[in-house]
Amino acid sequence: MADLSHAAAKSVTDRLTATLRRVALSEYLVLWLSVIYFLALAPFTPGLVSPENLVNLLVALLPLFLVALGQTFVLITGGIDLSVTSTIALSSVVGASIVNGNNGWLAGQWFAAPVAVLAMLALGAAVGALNGLAITRLRMPPFIVTLTGMMFFSGLAIWFTQSKNIGGLPVAFTRLGGNGWLAGAIALATGAFAHLMLTRSLFGRWLFATGHNARTAYLSGVPVRGVTLAAYVICGFCAALAAVLYTGQAETGSPVLGQRVLLDVIGATIIGGTSLFGGKGKVLWTLCGVLFLKLVDNSLNLLNLSIFTITMVKGGVILFAALLDATRHRLAGSRP
Amino acid sequence: MNAPCALEFSGLAKSFSGVRVLTEVSLTVPAGHTLGLVGENGAGKSTLMNLVAGNLRPDAGEMRLNGVPHAPASSAAAAHAGVAFIHQELNLFPNLSIAENIFLTAFPRLGGTPVIDRSRVHARTAALLTEVGLALAPDTPVERLSTGQCQLVEIAKALSQDARLIILDEPTTSLGAHETATLFALMARLKERGIAMIYISHVLADVLRLCDDLVVLRDGAVVGQGSCNEFTHERLVSLMVGRSLTQFFPERKNRPAVEPVLEVCNLSEPNIVHDISFTLRRGEILGVAGLMGAGRSELARILFGLDPYAAGKIIMEGESLGRITPKQLIGRGLAFLTENRRAEGLCLEASIADNITLVALRDQTRTPFRLLDFNRWREAIATMRRAVRLTARADDAQPVRTLSGGNQQKVVLAKWLLAKPRVLILDEPTRGVDVGAKFELYQLIFELADRGAGILLISSEIEELLGLCDRILVMSRGELRADLPRAEFDREKILQAALPVEEGNA
Repeated sequence: MADLSHAAAKSVTDRLTATLRRVALSEYLVLWLSVIYFLALAPFTPGLVSPENLVNLLVALLPLFLVALGQTFVLITGGIDLSVTSTIALSSVVGASIVNGNNGWLAGQWFAAPVAVLAMLALGAAVGALNGLAITRLRMPPFIVTLTGMMFFSGLAIWFTQSKNIGGLPVAFTRLGGNGWLAGAIALATGAFAHLMLTRSLFGRWLFATGHNARTAYLSGVPVRGVTLAAYVICGFCAALAAVLYTGQAETGSPVLGQRVLLDVIGATIIGGTSLFGGKGKVLWTLCGVLFLKLVDNSLNLLNLSIFTITMVKGGVILFAALLDATRHRLAGSRP
Repeated sequence: MNAPCALEFSGLAKSFSGVRVLTEVSLTVPAGHTLGLVGENGAGKSTLMNLVAGNLRPDAGEMRLNGVPHAPASSAAAAHAGVAFIHQELNLFPNLSIAENIFLTAFPRLGGTPVIDRSRVHARTAALLTEVGLALAPDTPVERLSTGQCQLVEIAKALSQDARLIILDEPTTSLGAHETATLFALMARLKERGIAMIYISHVLADVLRLCDDLVVLRDGAVVGQGSCNEFTHERLVSLMVGRSLTQFFPERKNRPAVEPVLEVCNLSEPNIVHDISFTLRRGEILGVAGLMGAGRSELARILFGLDPYAAGKIIMEGESLGRITPKQLIGRGLAFLTENRRAEGLCLEASIADNITLVALRDQTRTPFRLLDFNRWREAIATMRRAVRLTARADDAQPVRTLSGGNQQKVVLAKWLLAKPRVLILDEPTRGVDVGAKFELYQLIFELADRGAGILLISSEIEELLGLCDRILVMSRGELRADLPRAEFDREKILQAALPVEEGNA
C-alpha cells in the first residue's frame, strides 16, 4: 500500500518535472516569463493594465525591436555591433537637418521627408558597410571595430550639431514614428521580411552556416565574407530605420538619441534566445526579448522608481535571464 | 597468473535515461598487460572508459584498481588514483608550452611558496621527454607540435602523474607510419615497467599485434574475451559486427575510362609540394599514399583553391583553373572532403538537414526570390539519406554533433554528393569510422566512380588504398615518388617510396 502511494507520488513529481523541463526548454520561455511577470505585477502596479498604457508599451517597443532585429542578424554570424546607438544618433541628426522647417537643407519642400528618410537609411547602411568591410576585409574583431565605430560616429553626431537638438520637424516626417499605426506597420513589415529572409532565403541559410562554422561554410561554397558584410549592412539599415521612428516619436533630431539603448538592444536579443556565439537566432525570439525588456521598463516606470533604480533592476533582470539560459543549456546538454 | 590485477571490472552497468549502454561488463587487466578493447562506434567503449576515468559513474557493478575499490568522483580523482585517459581529441592547451601542459595541475613550487620552481619543471619535463623519446625542448609551445608529438606529450603527462593504468583511445588515427612506430615502441617500454594499458582502436591488425588480451564489445555487452592469440582478424570483425563480413572491400565491376577529368602539371609551391604532375580519369579511384607531412593534404588544399601555388597548372575537364575560390570550384564540379570532419566538414550544432543541403542549397530554391522550396529541400535530404545509408534512428532536425563518427562522415559525403561533383577529393574519409560504416563508405566510393566521377583518395591506411584504388600515387616530402597501376600494387614498394630519402633524417 505504502509502496503504491509512494509510486503514485513519484509519478506525479516525475510528470511535474517533465512539464517544468518542457517549459524551461521551450524556445519561447521569455514569452512565458513576460506573461508571468505581467500577471504578477498587475495587481500592484497602478495603470499597468490600462489600455492607454498597453498601447504606449507597444508603440515604445517598436523602434527597439527594429534595432534588435538588425542586431540579431549580426549575432547570428557570431559577431556583435556596438555601433548601432551612434548610427541612430547620426541618422537622426542628419535626417533632421535635411527636413527641419527652420534652416533645413530642404526646408518646406514637398519631397523633404522622403529624401530625409532615404538619406538616413543610406547612412545607416553605409556605417554598417564600413563595419562589415573592416571586419571581413581587414579581419578585425567585430567588438573593436564597432566599439571604435560607436565612439567615432557618436562624436561625429555631436560635432555635426554642435551638441544641439534640431526641432521644427514637419508632420510628414514625424508621423512615421509618432503615429502608432504607421510605426507599427513599418515594424511589422520589416519584421515579417526579416523573418522570411532568415527562414526561407538562401541568404538566411548561409547566415546561419557562417555563424555555426565559418570554415566549414567557406569550404562548402558559402560566400562567407559577403554574407557577413551583408549582416552588418542590414544591422546599420535597421538602426537607421529605428532612428526614423525614434526621431518621429521625440519630434526632434538629437545627437544623443538612443545613447542609452545599447544594453537594451543586446540584452533583449540575448534574452530572446539568440546566441552570442552565433548560429542561433529568430525574429520572434527577438520580439519576445524586446517585449520582456520593455515590459520591465514600463512597469518600473509606473512604480515611480528613479532611473537609477530602474537601471539596476533591469541589469538584474538581464542577468537573471542569462542565468536561466545557462541553466537551460545545462538541462538540454544533460539529455543523452 | 597471480600478479595483482591493475584493473578489475565486475558487473558494470550504465544507462542514459533508460537506454542501456553497458550491461554486465566484467573484465580484468593484470599489471603490465595491455588489453585491446574493440567494438563498433557506439558499442560502449568510450562510456566504459569514462567510468574508469571518473567522467561518469556506473549504475551498478564495481571497479577495483590494484585491488582497491575504484569509484572516482571526478576525472581529477581518477588521475590521482593513477588512471590516465588519452583521448581521441587531445586535451592539450596549444598556447602553453610542453612543460606547462605537463605540470598544469601540479607545478612544483619553491619551498612552501606559491612561486613555481621553473628549473625543476624544466628538468623534470626534459627527463620525461627523454623517457617518451621526444627530442624537443620543454618550453616548445604545443601548437608547434604534430599530432603524434602531442600524443607523446600526453603520455609524458600521464607518467608525471605516476599513472599505473593508461587508456589510449584511438591513438593512431592521425599518426603517420613513423609516428605510430614510435608510439608502439614506447608502449612496449611502458609495459616492461609494469604499467597496464587499455588500447582502443579500429585498426585491428595493431590491436592483435600489441595486446595481450582482448575484449570485444557489442551493444554495451562483452561478446568476446580472451587471450589475443585466440583471435583472428576475421573472427574479431564478425564478433564486432555480429555477422561475418566475408570481405572488407566491395566488388569493383567497372574500370575507369581514359578521358581525363583533372590534370595537374608541374605543380609547385616552395617547401610544400614540388613538381607534381598526374592525371585523374573519369571513373578512376586514384590513391595518394604517404607518411604524415608528405604533403598529401597540402596538395588537396591547393587543388581546392585554399592555398596558393607558385608554379604549375591545374586543368579540369580541359579548362585551366586559375586562382579561383572554393565556391567557383564547387560550381565547376569539384568536391573536397577534408581530413578534419569536425572543424571543416560539418556545422556540428546545425541539423542533419542543414548540413546535407549546405553545398547545393541554391538548387533547393525557387525563383524569383530564391526562397527555399521546402518540398524540394525535404526530397533532396531524403534521397541523400538513402543514398549514403544514414542511420534511420536520427531525425533530420537533430544536430549532427549527436551522430557517431561514421554517420557524421556520411553526412559530409551526402552534402557533397547532392552537388553532383565530377571530381572528388577525399582526405582520410574513413578516419575514426567503425568497420561496418567503413564498408558502406567504400561501397559509396565505388558507386561514385561507377557513375563516372574521378576520385582522388588520400589515406594513411595502405590496406584501404590497395583494396579500393585503380592506381596509387606515393608522395614523400612534397614530391611524387611513385605512380603504381593496380597490377604493380605492393605494400613493400609503397612503403619504400613513402619513406623519405636519407639526408640527415627528419
